[in-house]
Order: sequence, then C-alpha cells, then structure tokens
Amino acid sequence: MFAFIVRRIIQATVVMLVIGFIGFAVKHQLGDPVRDLVGISVSVEEREALREELGLNDSFLTQYGRFLMNAVRGDLGHSFFFKKPALEVIFAKAPATIELVFVSSLIILLVSVPVGLYSAIYPKRFFSRFAMGASIVGVSIPVFLTAIVLIYVFAVQLHWLPSYGRGETVNIMGWDSGLFTLDGVKHLILPSIALSSIMLPLFIRLIRAEMMEVLEAEYIKYAWAKGLSRKRVWLVHGFKNTLLSVITVGGVQLGILIAFTILTETVFQWQGMGFMFLEAVERSDTALLVAYLVMVGALFVVVNTVADIVYGLVNPTVTIASR
Amino acid sequence: MKRLKFIALVLVMLLVAGTAGAKTLKLAMDADPVSLDPHVQLSGGMLQYSHMVFDPLVRWSQDMKFEARLAEKWERLDENSVRFYLRKGVKFHSGNPFTAKDVLWTLNRLKKSQDFKALFEPFTDAVAVDDFTVDLKTDKPYALLLNMATYIFPMDSVFYTGKDATGLDKDAIVKTGPSFALTNESGTGPFKVTSREQGVKMVFTRFADYWDKSSPGNVSEIILTPIKKDPTRVAALLSGDVDFIMPVSPQDFKMVEKEKNTKLVTMSGGRIITFQLNQERRPEFKDVRVRQAIAYAVNNSGIVKKIMKGTATAAGQQGPKGYVGYKESLTPRFDVKKAKELMKAAGFEKGFEVSMMAPNNRYVSDEKIAEAVAAMLSKIGIKVHLKTMPKAQYWPLFDERAADIMMIGWHSDTEDSGNFSEFLTMCADKEKGYGQYNSGNYCNKKLDALVIGAQTETDPEKRAAMLQEVEQILYDDAAFIPLHWQHLSWAAKNNVKLEAIVNAQNFPYFGDLVVE
Repeated sequence: MFAFIVRRIIQATVVMLVIGFIGFAVKHQLGDPVRDLVGISVSVEEREALREELGLNDSFLTQYGRFLMNAVRGDLGHSFFFKKPALEVIFAKAPATIELVFVSSLIILLVSVPVGLYSAIYPKRFFSRFAMGASIVGVSIPVFLTAIVLIYVFAVQLHWLPSYGRGETVNIMGWDSGLFTLDGVKHLILPSIALSSIMLPLFIRLIRAEMMEVLEAEYIKYAWAKGLSRKRVWLVHGFKNTLLSVITVGGVQLGILIAFTILTETVFQWQGMGFMFLEAVERSDTALLVAYLVMVGALFVVVNTVADIVYGLVNPTVTIASR
Repeated sequence: MKRLKFIALVLVMLLVAGTAGAKTLKLAMDADPVSLDPHVQLSGGMLQYSHMVFDPLVRWSQDMKFEARLAEKWERLDENSVRFYLRKGVKFHSGNPFTAKDVLWTLNRLKKSQDFKALFEPFTDAVAVDDFTVDLKTDKPYALLLNMATYIFPMDSVFYTGKDATGLDKDAIVKTGPSFALTNESGTGPFKVTSREQGVKMVFTRFADYWDKSSPGNVSEIILTPIKKDPTRVAALLSGDVDFIMPVSPQDFKMVEKEKNTKLVTMSGGRIITFQLNQERRPEFKDVRVRQAIAYAVNNSGIVKKIMKGTATAAGQQGPKGYVGYKESLTPRFDVKKAKELMKAAGFEKGFEVSMMAPNNRYVSDEKIAEAVAAMLSKIGIKVHLKTMPKAQYWPLFDERAADIMMIGWHSDTEDSGNFSEFLTMCADKEKGYGQYNSGNYCNKKLDALVIGAQTETDPEKRAAMLQEVEQILYDDAAFIPLHWQHLSWAAKNNVKLEAIVNAQNFPYFGDLVVE
C-alpha cells in the first residue's frame, strides 16, 4: 500500500511537470497579456516597457526556468488580472467548483443506481424503455443548452430558482460554502442538474448493461436455485459485481465532470475554477492558466488513485500491491 | 409617560421613513472594474466606475454639452489656458476637504499613468490661483481642453500620500500587482466602495456627505455583479434577480421589450466599426478605384438590418452625428454595378484574392459582419480568405498588420472627430504616436495637416470646417471601409428611471438614478 502511494506521488509529479511544460508552451500562443492591461490607445512603447517589466520578452527557456524555480518553492506565479498569487486565486475559487461537482456526483449516484438497476431487472417495462429513450436524448444535448433551458424555465418563467451566481455563502474554516444556507442551496440546484445531465445518461446505461450481464451469469442462476431472496440476489450478488466497472469508469468520468464545469460555470456565472479558467484564457492571464492546468492535473491523479483504492476494497481479488 | 410614547412614535416613524427611502439597486454588467484605482486603465468600465466613486471637473450631458461638477464654472483666459472655479464645501470619502491642491495632484498623476499620459500630453503645469481656482494650461492652443477635463476626477491627495504597509508609495500606479490605490479609494463621488470581491461582487454605499444635494438620486446601495454571458445577464433581469443590466445583446432586445416588468433603452453610440485595406501588403489597394469599388460593394445598411437587427447606424464616415466633423452629405454608398465598373476601370475585372482577419469576441457580431463582407466582396471578384479569432490573439496580429484587410472598431476617447484620424487614418508616425491603428497604411499629408491644425484651432467654426474636410477627403479616397456605429443598450425593471442617467459615452450617472 505504502509503495503504491509513493509510486502514485511520483507519477503525479511527472504528470504535473509535463502539464506545466505543455501549459507553458501553449501560453505563448494565447496572445499578449499586456493588451488586456492597458487601454487601446496606449502607445507601442508603453506596452513594450510593460512587457519588459513583466519579463515577457525573455526567451522561452529563461521564462520556463524561472517558472520551475518558483514552482519548486510552491509559487506558481502571479495572476495579472487578480493581482494576486495564482494559487491563492485558485484556492479561493476551488470550493465553488468542488461543491458543484460534489452535488452533481450525488445526483448522478442517487438517480443512476436505482434507474439503472430497475431497467436491468425489468427491461421490458414502460419506465425502463422510457429511461433508455430519455438517456439517448440526454446524452446528445450539449450542456450549455440544458443550462439555458433550465434557466429559462425555472428562473425566467416560473421564478422558482435564481438564475446566476452562488447566492449567500458561509465561511467555514476558510471554505466558502453554499451548502449550509437556503439561498446557497437554491443557487446550487440548477447548475448541478445541468452538470449532472452530461454524465447521468451514461451511468444509467452503464449500470443497466453491467447488471444485465451479471444477471445472466452462472453464479446468479445458482443463487436463484439456492432459493435466496430477490433482494439478496439483486443487491448483494448482482449489484456488487456491477460496481467494479462503474467505479473504474466513475474515476475517469469525475475528471471529465471537472472539465465540463468550465461550460456550466460560465453559463451560470458560477464563481469557480472553470469560469476563472475560461476568463484567464480570454485575458491570456498566463500564470493563472498554467497554475490551473497543473492543479487539475494533480486532481486527476488523486481521483484516479482514490478510484483504484476503492476498487481494491470492493473486489478483494485485486490487490493494490500487485497493480 | 405620554411624552415618552410620543417620542417613541416619532422614532418609529423616522425609522420607517428611513427604510422606505433606502433603495438598493442590483446591477449586472459584463465585467466589474479591474481596480479601485481610476488611473490604472483607460477603459469604459473604469470610467463608469470613476463616475460612481469620483466626480470629474465637468461631465458630458445627454445632449453632448458640458455640465458643471467639481468645477462650478470656467472661462478661457487666453489661447493656452482655461480657469476653473471649483466648488466649495466638497468633501472626500475620507473626510478631507476638496481643494485646488487635489486637482493639481490628480493632473500630475494622470501624466504619470501609462494609459492617460498620452491624452494629457498637451497639458503643462497647472497653477492654483487660490484654494478654489485652478488654471489649466497647455503648451499650445488646445481645442479639447474641456473634453479632457471630463477625465480629471480629483483624487484625495492627502489620502493617497505616504507609504503603505509594504513600504510602497500610496500613489503608485501598479497594473499587475498589489498597491494602495488598488484596494482603497477616496473620491468625492456619490458612492463609496464598501466591499469588493474581484470578479464576484462589489458593493457601493451612498456617501452621506455627498456635495450634490440637488441630485434627484435616491439609490442608497448598489450591488454590482459581473455576469459575463449575455443570455445569463438577460435571464437575471427577466427572473427579477437583478434590477439593471448593461449591455444587452441585440438578439435579446425583443425578450426584454415583451416582458411587462422590464424596459429597454438604446442610444446611438460613438463606436465606428471599419475595415482597413492594407496598401503596403497589396498594391491593388493603392488604386483609389479599387478602394472605392470595395466601398460600393459593401452593403452596410444591409448588415445593420440583417446582422445588427437595427441596433446600429450605417456609417459613411468616421465620427457619428453630433461630432463636429460630421458631414451630412457623406452617406453610405452601395451599388454593386458601379463597384464592378470601378474594378474594370482599374484593370481588375477578373478580381484577385486577399486575406482578411477579424476578432470574434470584441465587437457586436464581429465574426458575422466579417463573413458578410467577405461574401459581398466575392460579388465583385475579390476572393476573401477570412480568419477570425478571439481578441487576445487578434491584437498582436493587428499590430503585425498580418492580413490584407483587417477589422477595427474605434471610439474617440476625446469625444471629438479628430481622435479617429489620429489613430486610424493619419500617416503612421511612431515617434508622435499617430496612425497607431492605421493597418491600411493610408497616408495623406494634406489630411495630416488638417487634423494637426484642428488640435490647436480654438475657433469652433473653423475647426468644424477643417474636420469636415477631413471626412470628405477620407470619403473621396475611400481610405477605409466604414460599416456602422454600434448602439448602446441598457435594460432595467420599470421602476428604475434609467432614461435620465444614460448617455452616448456609456457612463450612466448612477448618483442621479431614481428608483421608484
């Protein structure tokens, strides 16, 4: 276990280094950050002086070297726009994204498991067919459209839910949370539904397919023959074995969910990391960009590591040490 | 006992009256101010902020006249100087009194600001005659002195003097790092900044000691939230989450107008959208007939109608109506037959191929406009290879003059016609800074002489004649392809009386806003 974790930390470091390098290489193609800092009528010389001051005229290697030196000391650079260390900005924005992803995952879990199981056990019933049809439609609608339709129906037409932002938040040990106020929860509903809509159909279909396959297996037939209760056959023998693939896919998909927060957060003006990233791209706020990429790379590694550990817990035949 | 009861009753009534008068305005804009320091960046957003927290010496009224603010009146002393009589009894948010010293201090700071120094170049040292009289002086006669006074928002010189906790001068203008002025303000304006979370929320509270007691404004608190996406911003208004939004995207105009509780206000703005034809890259564009042919081939009224949905005014010149250089007779031209004849006369009957670049997130519908123009040019045989990109990538390419035809929009910082030519159509001169955005490389010494002459001409009539001649030359030469002037748009709930506070500069005077 210990060796496994150490190996993973080394892997994470390599991933972050590679991402940092790619991010750094890409940033030169993203345009001129100085443009966003000055008015349009400012002269070329003034802009050039500012570029010089910010060290943007140094060679790629000099800049990358400087970046690495600082990164080792935990400094991923300064955001031009926020005028603060990039990491500080990211950590301030992270709670919003994490809460959004958390609630979305919860929705996905609570909906996909019962629906997936039901439609595997009773594939011919009307609800199962409806769920399958709806999931095809759901998987093909882009998230920003879902988001706009949700805003239009529930905020503009019905006035039930707020249309943008996080609402009231409470600060719990430096973590700005919207989960503990009524206003904050209200603001969470639409964005998290929109975000979960990307993954929900996939998980329903995955759970259904896996479950159907498991139900055909010999040991399930044996369980029926032994006269075990239906609940026990379905949940303990059937569902537990479908979980394996769900966890593997889930680990990967959670990362993709984080990627989709970029779109969802922008539509809902949700003040998280995804929105911040998109704005940083538009402003070519390069330090913030690279820092975000490195952080998300690290997050991916962490999520996948956790998925692997959980996998081992569910299926004891797979030992972590041997992987 | 009775008396006590009476006092209690009065107190309760006062409290009720007090809360009834307190109005909170929830305002959503596409972005929030980048700093609390008004001199850190010259942009529409920062000037809008300046009008909330600071006060200029004079400001523009809705009919493009000068309105007295911190300067009560002014008079021209001689060709090179104007005397301003300052308002007495004005207090800064810090409690310090406002005097002539603050005006001098602010002018000095403007001359140090990277963004403003070019605009204040003509100004020499100002003189404080007494505590409430200031002479602003220029090195030569300067016609736009009052225009520039709209940019002088006096700052509290005492408040901004000294060192902050980190040892940095409090008056330092820092673009990318922390500074005192980034997070602290003391102006004379109607609102104080009471809380700010950059990119998330900003709260303005009415300044109790605001000098303008005659202002009808009754908003006691403004909560500004940036909402970047157009549809989300409109949805926030329609759902009642906010009271006032700006800007409004043309495709949402109908929705706002249809809704019973909201209203839309639009006004012709001063931003011209143009295409420049690069004569250095393409010898074809050196021929005036080819340039004219392109001007005739582009149907700007059609673009205004179909793409801008009527939310722009088709243009035939640089400055819009109301500017001194505006010439009524210079209307948009569109005649494909004539365009073809001109191409034939120039010897390009078979046409040629050119490259074109335009941004896709800078101006309203910029990408669609570029596509439409490319299609229109194909009708006269000019095959256009169009490339569009986000503004962050576009500007460096514009600086390189990377394509034969490039899009550029311009709003005159001085609200004067000359400014368009100084940046867009005068011969490129790196030293003097003229023609900085002249990617067409159009160069006409006569035009340059007229524009420079107009800078020092203080007789309004002579000056207007000069600037109108400039527009005429540009029109005849088809120096660039004018498209349209974008309209400005605001929307609010019906109880917000925004009509009275908006203007063509897009600086809503929130201090005077009445909410019923």
